[in-house]
Amino acid sequence: MAKRSVVPFGPQHPVLPEPIHLDLVIEDEKVVEAIPNIGFIHRGLEGLTDKKDFKQMTYVIERTCGICSFGHGLGYVETIEHIMNAEVPDRAKYLRTIWAELARMHSHLLWLGLIADAFGFESLFYQAWRIRERVLDCLELTTGGRLIFSVLEPGGVLRDINSDQEKEILTQLASVKEELRAVEKTFLLDYSVQTRLKGVGVITKEKAHDLGCCGPVARASGLSYDMRKLGYEAYGNLDFEPIISKEGDSYSRCQVRIQEIYQSIDLIRQAFAKMPEGDLAVPVKGNPNGEYFTRIEQPRGEAIYYVKANGTKKLDRFRLRTPTFSNLAGLCEMLKDCEYSDVGILCVTIDPCISCTER
Amino acid sequence: MGIMRFAPTMLRQLFEKPVTKNYPAEPINYPEGSRGHIDIDIQQCISCGACMINCPPGAITVDRKNKTWTINRFDCVQCGYCTRVCPKKCLYLNPGYQTPGPEKVTYSQTHIMTEAEKQKAAEMEARKQAAIKAAQAKKAAAAAAEKKD
Repeated sequence: MAKRSVVPFGPQHPVLPEPIHLDLVIEDEKVVEAIPNIGFIHRGLEGLTDKKDFKQMTYVIERTCGICSFGHGLGYVETIEHIMNAEVPDRAKYLRTIWAELARMHSHLLWLGLIADAFGFESLFYQAWRIRERVLDCLELTTGGRLIFSVLEPGGVLRDINSDQEKEILTQLASVKEELRAVEKTFLLDYSVQTRLKGVGVITKEKAHDLGCCGPVARASGLSYDMRKLGYEAYGNLDFEPIISKEGDSYSRCQVRIQEIYQSIDLIRQAFAKMPEGDLAVPVKGNPNGEYFTRIEQPRGEAIYYVKANGTKKLDRFRLRTPTFSNLAGLCEMLKDCEYSDVGILCVTIDPCISCTER
Repeated sequence: MGIMRFAPTMLRQLFEKPVTKNYPAEPINYPEGSRGHIDIDIQQCISCGACMINCPPGAITVDRKNKTWTINRFDCVQCGYCTRVCPKKCLYLNPGYQTPGPEKVTYSQTHIMTEAEKQKAAEMEARKQAAIKAAQAKKAAAAAAEKKD
């Protein structure tokens, strides 16, 4: 038996977008075991419920993460609306769906750039982010913010999308689709990319289920888990099926995310076609009293929001379980028996968002 | 599987204009409604302090006595909550980001009182003084009556 040694990996590493620390037990060049360690950027956002009222908390929770900010805000306001029995207008539901899908697109395009950077394809990284810029422009045009939108409030939304903006978004989406078709070929068909992704970090369907993986990681292993099928907001009226792949390797995870960008484009078009006229928000009076928990599909997977309110302005408890937290167990499973040089790529394939996870 | 899959994209890029803007030679056009920074129409401000109480990061300070409105732009998160809670709607979220700087400077505006406002304030002050005087006189009379008994 070869000698085992422990190599610390992260939190500062050129390939890592987020500060996660892994203790890798190495035997020759193979990883035998990986022990994750987080806790470098804990900010105590859940504890702010003691100091901020429930309306201010909408803005605090949106700022948990820069990439999935809209999803976090959405999960929180949905929970508050359920507690307060607020009936959100249909138009607001469709607008929320459109923004959530635009946010998913920019998150997946960001990930495509990061994975290209991780396997050392710098020009591909720039191409992915060039496409992402179009989506960010659409978001800035309609919400005023590029990453953090602040358009949600308990009871509805604060901004509307007019017909000019709708036309602009649809034109931009057509360009995104066309440009992504060109870049997709490199991601999925290029020889050098395939050698880095195919058969690397395989996680079987059973393992993915047992370890509680979610989002694109679970779907790449063949699990048809998509919280959007629960029909929250306007998803119940839109026609789509979760995109799944069977292999469970890094290549499948890449494939699923690329297909999900096309799916998001389709969902946005459907939502624009079906969006009714009407109010943007209903007034929400009084303070919440009760508890509720919501599940929504973030770009990275299923996120859970729990709120306990006591009838005063300030909440008793807010809890957020992020998709990265569920996928960390899957990551440790993937890292077993992999080459040391693949560790960086595998960390990126789960799309880690440690800022969300630590809150 | 194939090789040179990236070549068409790369070659096209060689003959295209750069995607990035030549900033600052070419100015940035912010879309209407972009969340840049908070501005105030100070003459409309009544120094009620609603923005200070509701600001999530606590970036705004209102001095009611001197009628001064101060914002620490480095703390502001551009959520726009103050613009919604302002009863006079004198706060605006305008395009254009805060310029970076080596020091965390604050931005202050003071409400300058017009003649009518000054007159009103003087009237209010006089009424307040009269009320205080009346209350004191009432108290003294009550004390005197108690002494008599």
